[in-house]
Amino acid sequence: MPPIIQVSGVRKSYGATVAVHEVTFEVNEGEIFGLIGPNGAGKTTTMECIEGLRTPDRGSISVLGLDPFKDVYKLQDRIGVQLQQAQLQKRIKVWEAVDLWVSLYQKKAIDGERLLEQLGLTDKRGAWFMNLSGGQKQRLFIALALINDPEVVFLDELTTGLDPQSRRAIWDLVRDIRERGKTVFLTTHLMEEAERLCDRVAIIEHGRIIDIDRPENLVNRHCPERTVVLATDNPIAEERFRAIPGVEKVVRTDLQFSILGRGDDLVTAVIHCLSEHGIRVTDFRTILPNLEDVFLKLTGHSIRE
Amino acid sequence: MLRGLWKLTWVEIKIFLREPLGAFGTIVIPVLVFLVVGRLVGRGLPASSLAADSFVQVGLPVLASVLIAVSAVLSLVTIISIYREGGILKRLRATPLRPHTILTAHVTVKLILTAATLALLVLAGKRYYPVGVHAPLLSFTIALLITTWSILSIGFLIASIVPTARFAQPIGAFILYPMIGVSGLFVPVASLPPVLRGLARVVPLTYAVSLLEGIWKGEEWSAHMIDVAALVLVFVVCTALATKVFRWE
Repeated sequence: MPPIIQVSGVRKSYGATVAVHEVTFEVNEGEIFGLIGPNGAGKTTTMECIEGLRTPDRGSISVLGLDPFKDVYKLQDRIGVQLQQAQLQKRIKVWEAVDLWVSLYQKKAIDGERLLEQLGLTDKRGAWFMNLSGGQKQRLFIALALINDPEVVFLDELTTGLDPQSRRAIWDLVRDIRERGKTVFLTTHLMEEAERLCDRVAIIEHGRIIDIDRPENLVNRHCPERTVVLATDNPIAEERFRAIPGVEKVVRTDLQFSILGRGDDLVTAVIHCLSEHGIRVTDFRTILPNLEDVFLKLTGHSIRE
Repeated sequence: MLRGLWKLTWVEIKIFLREPLGAFGTIVIPVLVFLVVGRLVGRGLPASSLAADSFVQVGLPVLASVLIAVSAVLSLVTIISIYREGGILKRLRATPLRPHTILTAHVTVKLILTAATLALLVLAGKRYYPVGVHAPLLSFTIALLITTWSILSIGFLIASIVPTARFAQPIGAFILYPMIGVSGLFVPVASLPPVLRGLARVVPLTYAVSLLEGIWKGEEWSAHMIDVAALVLVFVVCTALATKVFRWE
């Protein structure tokens, strides 16, 4: 099956500022694909080129077999878009926005009222846009992005500025979109969001893609370090820990030990050592690296900086 | 492609009427001012006075029309820049809506509201106005439409270049209101100082006022072809420029 989105050698600059240097990737049907990176890395520019809102200086893009520049109206009939920091008319009512959006698309596959119900907006249908909470606004934008039963949904920084509870609710909604067989392309600077939601992620920085893979593969490839933290009062423990194959460092603070090593076998090796020597522990946990660590490793700085 | 045009126009009318002072400010206040000024001027001067007759019969209707058209354009400039700043224009553009459909909807809203206000003025005038006025309403409506289109195109050009929504209203007012001053509405162009007379010649509103006054007085269209040509020229030039420099975000 050919990829739903193909981006090849795309470059985009604004005056002297190059926002996207050289970006190439593919998005497959039915997956949640995330473009992750800090603010200003080129995420939104890349996404807006794919949506047909901007024209790249160089390179080629194909979405659902269409050229986003030449076939922009055909394309927009088949995709759903949620823009970063978008607003609607302050005094437009929720149902009016849905009704207006329904009238804009050729195919009428989705019942607007049902969509509002699914997104928990039914009792807000008569409310003005300006009186909605941040989470409600985002849910309305998701409704508008889904109104034409699109084949690909684009979500730009969907949960920025939301409280953790609304964020989780929105993640569930995005997973629902995938369950319905849609392809989701999203951008985020929240590593936790990417890790929990995306099937595959592309890490972008300074307009260049550094690596693309499933989140767990990225972690395994770039951050094989594992840490076991445990507590014991056994006097010979430290010596035993140092003898475990693959252990690189043992740090002791009072009765607590941090055992650092590489690879998935470390945890098993530690457990084996404990049982072999009958070492009694009162605490045991593992610290695994995540996408945040991968980003730090690849770019030399945290994504929040 | 007019998909969504009527829906968008209708929604925008409803939204506008929900604004504080939306309906009141655009429709009720002009009618009230019109009536009050009409009565005051009508009573303050002897009924037979030429000045009173001339102002009430010709000046006032034209003044009212031009002011309403200008304020409609100012409000359009403000709305466009607020929509641009808030990302609303961009969000609408990320749909199959054609850009010109979005802009046409906004212009239509302003035309409809202007028409509604003027219709009320005419009704109010008929009912309460002391002086019998027999103006060619159809011709006047057409003349006013040409004028409004022309001023709207200036408005669009302003809306295309104002940097932020905060500046939209003042910049628009700064450009449009002085135009009214030299347009011949208050002082005939012929009796202006030479510098201002030269200015009046390049100000589109001068031609608008000349056309509107002439048609209101019952003059033939053929006598005002220069006015019409000037207004059409302004429309064409401003629209062409605005299309070139318009920014969506």
